[in-house]
Amino acid sequence: MAEWLSWLGEPLSYGFIVRGLIAGLLASVAGATLSAFVVWRGMAFAGDAIAHSFLPGFVVASLFGFSLFFGAVGAAIVAVIGIGLISRHGALREDTAIGVMFSGLFALGILLLSKIASYQDLNHILFGNILGVSRSDLVMMTIVVALIFGFVILFYKELLVTSFDPAHSVAIGLSPELMRYGLLGAIALTTVVGAQIVGVVLIVALLVTPAAAASLLSRRLGRVVALSIAFSMTATIAGFYVSYYLDFASGPSIVLSLTLIFVISWIVSRLGRFGSRRGVRSHGATGTTDDATSQMTSPAE
Amino acid sequence: MVRTAQVFSYGKVCDHPAISGKPALQMSGVSHRYPGLDHDVLDNVSVTVEPGERVALVGPNGAGKSTLIKLALGLEQLQQGAISVYGNRASTCRHRVAVIPQRSTVDWKFPVTVEQVVMMGRYVHLGWLKRPQKQDYEAVDEALGRMEIDSLRHRQVGELSGGQQQRVMLARTLAHDADLLLLDEPLNHVDIATQELMFHVIEKLCEAGKTAIISTHDLGVLKVHFSRALFLDRRVIADGPVEEVLTPEVVARAYGFRFHKDKDLTPWLNG
Repeated sequence: MAEWLSWLGEPLSYGFIVRGLIAGLLASVAGATLSAFVVWRGMAFAGDAIAHSFLPGFVVASLFGFSLFFGAVGAAIVAVIGIGLISRHGALREDTAIGVMFSGLFALGILLLSKIASYQDLNHILFGNILGVSRSDLVMMTIVVALIFGFVILFYKELLVTSFDPAHSVAIGLSPELMRYGLLGAIALTTVVGAQIVGVVLIVALLVTPAAAASLLSRRLGRVVALSIAFSMTATIAGFYVSYYLDFASGPSIVLSLTLIFVISWIVSRLGRFGSRRGVRSHGATGTTDDATSQMTSPAE
Repeated sequence: MVRTAQVFSYGKVCDHPAISGKPALQMSGVSHRYPGLDHDVLDNVSVTVEPGERVALVGPNGAGKSTLIKLALGLEQLQQGAISVYGNRASTCRHRVAVIPQRSTVDWKFPVTVEQVVMMGRYVHLGWLKRPQKQDYEAVDEALGRMEIDSLRHRQVGELSGGQQQRVMLARTLAHDADLLLLDEPLNHVDIATQELMFHVIEKLCEAGKTAIISTHDLGVLKVHFSRALFLDRRVIADGPVEEVLTPEVVARAYGFRFHKDKDLTPWLNG
């Protein structure tokens, strides 16, 4: 028992490691809170694209020594304007425009990195560096998490209605685009926070995998959000210790822990479905009669 | 793009008089063209619908039925002509107009319960940051009861049959408590029991002074359930009491001559 505690406690005796763990938990909470909406609104690609297109902004920011946040804002402005121009008037689909912009900006970021920065910087920005978190970073991360939490709680019903039925949203005077931009903004903030922890390349895992796993176990949105946060925090802690004791990179350790949770959820959901199949029969019967009636009345046949 | 007016019209208290003597919906000289298309999807359409009317909006695919509904709601930007709802722009009072959109525009897989969807009808009265109150829950209960879906309230909408889903949408419209109802092809994928319940509820609403405009492909329901039919094929083909306008000639003009030649229309026309 005492051995266990000292095993758990050992890394926590270093200030910079504790900061890293707290930062990891903050980033995982930010990502998990949004992930239900990212998954169910099909914004995984947009989230991934945002993270990748921030790279040149991060590189320029770290090169000139100002906050990553401002670098991300600069890159985001370029990306949004570019996507808006390309997909304007329905000339091309929005995901096409996102694909063009995000790969272009990511390539520019890599180019800048290889020409200007050292390989060490490249590693940190692409794959995260949980141990390089400063006190001021922690303050910023706490603010970001509070903002994202506040956004989802205060605008929960607006997020629901714009996700489910955009036409009804417009009819009640609520702009779906407004909520979409709000969500994209929250995803962008999460990216800035998470880039430090798991890096630009793997950030999409924080935004997608928690809710993907949770959605296999529950279909209630509130429960999906709560489960996502629990999964994500568990994975962060697990990944953190794995990374400390086995000397693995922190980002991939956290993401692989999340993936493992997803695989377990998948197996549990399979087993659950298999086990309850016989029990569900009587329940399904009402659905069958209903289908039969609607088929009977299908028009003009 | 998001306009500031859109941000502030959500949940805005409506101070328009309930009875104004103005038409429920008035469109004059409305034309509309989608970007990239070389023809107008609506061409100089003028329609006036009085309170209490039940209007069927009939026409082939691409006739502009959905566009007309979207324009009335302000879902599409008005390009030409004028539209008013009870004498005002629809965007100035969101309480008074409700819509059941075409099924394809709704994300049925999104995890929401029946109760949550019906509560969405109350959002227009809540606006930003306000949580549902006692009267909102009561309105939801009443709407669920009227559509006979009390027992489904905790189910996910995505699991329900097409008929049950349409009941949920009409229950949401009841909770919204609007004066003008716009229903875009609500009968698709609906069983006969649901269809009759929907028409019964709409009939009661219209007897109480509300107004319904319902687009449909089903000519068989016109005579029984509507007071008026508006045949549309980019322009108004015919408009008037169902008995007067539901003629083989009008149907042929609305749907094109091929339909007229190949099909015997009498089963439909007799209701």
